[in-house]
Amino acid sequence: MDDIFNALILLSNFVIVPGMAYGSQLAIGALGVTLVFGILRFSNFAHGDTMAFGTMATILFTWLLQGWGVSIKPLPTALLALPFGIACTVALLLLTDRWIYRFYRRQRAAPIVFLIASVGVMFILNGLVRFIIGPNDQRFADGERFIMKAREFKRLTGLSEGVAFKTSQGLTILTALIVAIVLFWFLNRTRAGKSMRAYSDNEDLALLSGINPERVVLITWTITAALATIAGVLYGLDKSFKPFTYFQLLLPIFASAIVGGLGNPLGAIAGGFVVAFSEVTITYAYRKFLAYAIPGDWAPEGLVQLLSTDYKFAVSFLILVLVLLLRPTGIFGGRTA
Amino acid sequence: MKRILFATAMAALASTAMGAMVQAETIKLGVILGYTGPIESLTPDMAAGAELAIKEVSKSGALLGGAKVIAVRGDTTCIDSAAAIATTERLVTSDRINAIVGGDCSGVTTAMLQNVALANGIVMVSPSATSPALSTIKDNGLFFRTAPSDARQGQVLTAVLQDKGVKSAALTYTNNDYGKGLANSIKTNFEKAGGKITISAAHEDGKGDYTAEVGALAAAGGEVLIVAGYLNQGGKGIIQAALDTGAFETFVLPDGMIGDSLPKDIGSDLNGSYGTVPGTDSPGAIKFSEMAKAAGFKAGPFTSESYDAAALIMLAMQAAGSSQSKMFKDKIMGVANAPGIKIYPGELAKALKILKDGGEIDYVGASAVELIGAGESAGNYREILVSGGKNTTARFR
Repeated sequence: MDDIFNALILLSNFVIVPGMAYGSQLAIGALGVTLVFGILRFSNFAHGDTMAFGTMATILFTWLLQGWGVSIKPLPTALLALPFGIACTVALLLLTDRWIYRFYRRQRAAPIVFLIASVGVMFILNGLVRFIIGPNDQRFADGERFIMKAREFKRLTGLSEGVAFKTSQGLTILTALIVAIVLFWFLNRTRAGKSMRAYSDNEDLALLSGINPERVVLITWTITAALATIAGVLYGLDKSFKPFTYFQLLLPIFASAIVGGLGNPLGAIAGGFVVAFSEVTITYAYRKFLAYAIPGDWAPEGLVQLLSTDYKFAVSFLILVLVLLLRPTGIFGGRTA
Repeated sequence: MKRILFATAMAALASTAMGAMVQAETIKLGVILGYTGPIESLTPDMAAGAELAIKEVSKSGALLGGAKVIAVRGDTTCIDSAAAIATTERLVTSDRINAIVGGDCSGVTTAMLQNVALANGIVMVSPSATSPALSTIKDNGLFFRTAPSDARQGQVLTAVLQDKGVKSAALTYTNNDYGKGLANSIKTNFEKAGGKITISAAHEDGKGDYTAEVGALAAAGGEVLIVAGYLNQGGKGIIQAALDTGAFETFVLPDGMIGDSLPKDIGSDLNGSYGTVPGTDSPGAIKFSEMAKAAGFKAGPFTSESYDAAALIMLAMQAAGSSQSKMFKDKIMGVANAPGIKIYPGELAKALKILKDGGEIDYVGASAVELIGAGESAGNYREILVSGGKNTTARFR
């Protein structure tokens, strides 16, 4: 019986817990991408670097707070700095909209023009973040690191495998849940949310029924900024902050949004978990798991690993290609550009 | 007859002129290191080490009857072979350097050797290229290094593991020339000694998360995890993820992982881990670190090797009586090894005088130089034990 528990715990430690946390981070990121796509109608390539910018702003405020000796132990100080980080990112996105996207919106430019403009914004943000905080790793997690340590778990249960549950992982999963609930409530129940959906369905009709398009745009960017910053900070707390990794995150985030169906918030969340779990389950080596799960003393010779971990990003690509081939509108049926 | 007389007179004149020129000769040494790029934090002190030796010799006025030696710096970038070749080409053909202290990283060093040094017959002495591939490369006797090959580190690490009674280990390495070479050497040596490497897996630097990599390493199992990576890069990420998930508790750290920042970043969980880094307890090392302090730089990684590289070149010139690479290349092994009077840092003037009088020297220098094989340092290592949140020296090997 112990063997079965050991097998399950081993899997939780290396697959389920990290997969849940990574999936939540991707889901919040993909929500931002899908929102911009659904309402402003373009693929925002600057989203990864918006996350980096928001995280950077939060880190700077975290350091300030730490310098003042403010802390909310056992939770990380970054949570306290998060609202300030979001405010900075909102200001940044509204400025980019004012200076760049508004011009194209007035010209009623094609989505591809917006997309290319967003690539330009991406490079500028890329440089801006490196200019302010530098290209190196920054660690800003403080407070209690673990909810449950692997060693403690082994001691408590007497099993030979342990499961580690980091504070950042718990926070990530919890925050993702709250963010998703609040967002759906906002989109479905509030006046502003409804006007956003109306604008998304038909811009001209929305205008005729008295919805102010600039206000919808403003709200969309504000929410996107909040989502990007939250996703970025959670990722940074869980792993570490480095501008380049945020740039790389763009691929799995887009894969998540597209898998779920671009423009569909529910799809974005599901997509996030699909991509995260595919990456983790395909690159995990099942040798030890099988040794526990299969009765007797037999253990496989090889590692029983489907793909080397080097191919992690290839998994996102593969899912993206498969979905686009088989169900171009995504699993949950979004729109096509 | 008249014509022959004239020619003889001219030749005599020319030779006197040449003699005069030798008197006032200015020797140029290229100090070609990666002043920009991944190891840019190390190279300023390395160059300062080489230039310390150059100044010492130049000031003594004892080299080849009072020759002045000046350093010409050039950038290898550590990773961009094309840039390193262009720099070296420029220094050799337009600055007319007599020899090279450099390059630094194994990849660019190979490129510089094959594309410029071989073609122009210029001696290269690298203070820091450690790839085993450089031991067997075709070099026409022009390439030397005061850094040991990573093949040697594999032997030393194996000895450490055996002393600790480790029978099986998992191994992960950074995915580049350094990581692959070192990992191969560790695996071969450890398995030859009867140990078992359960898995040898690469990791990419600069990723946010290493849980998946650690998952594979943990599945393979092993008493310890050998991390042949960089302490500010993936190596640290792997250790952190392994500790977080409880996959491994003891880590074996080769030279790329030794630095003050690692025990500080990881914290008390790293206590009990151990590793190796080039180093020596010879009196030369202490002398050199005092000299470095007086000259205003820190005797950090590869600085003593840089001093020794420059010193060896100039001592070989003295032994050969010529500053031409093709003349003094055969003398480098002679001045570096026994027999002869032992020479420590700061005694270069004494060494030059001994050589001038026809004596023999055994250059020990700052890093206890002993050239073996095709002209590379035999390698002295410091065994490190992480204890109390610090890297401490367990012993020398």
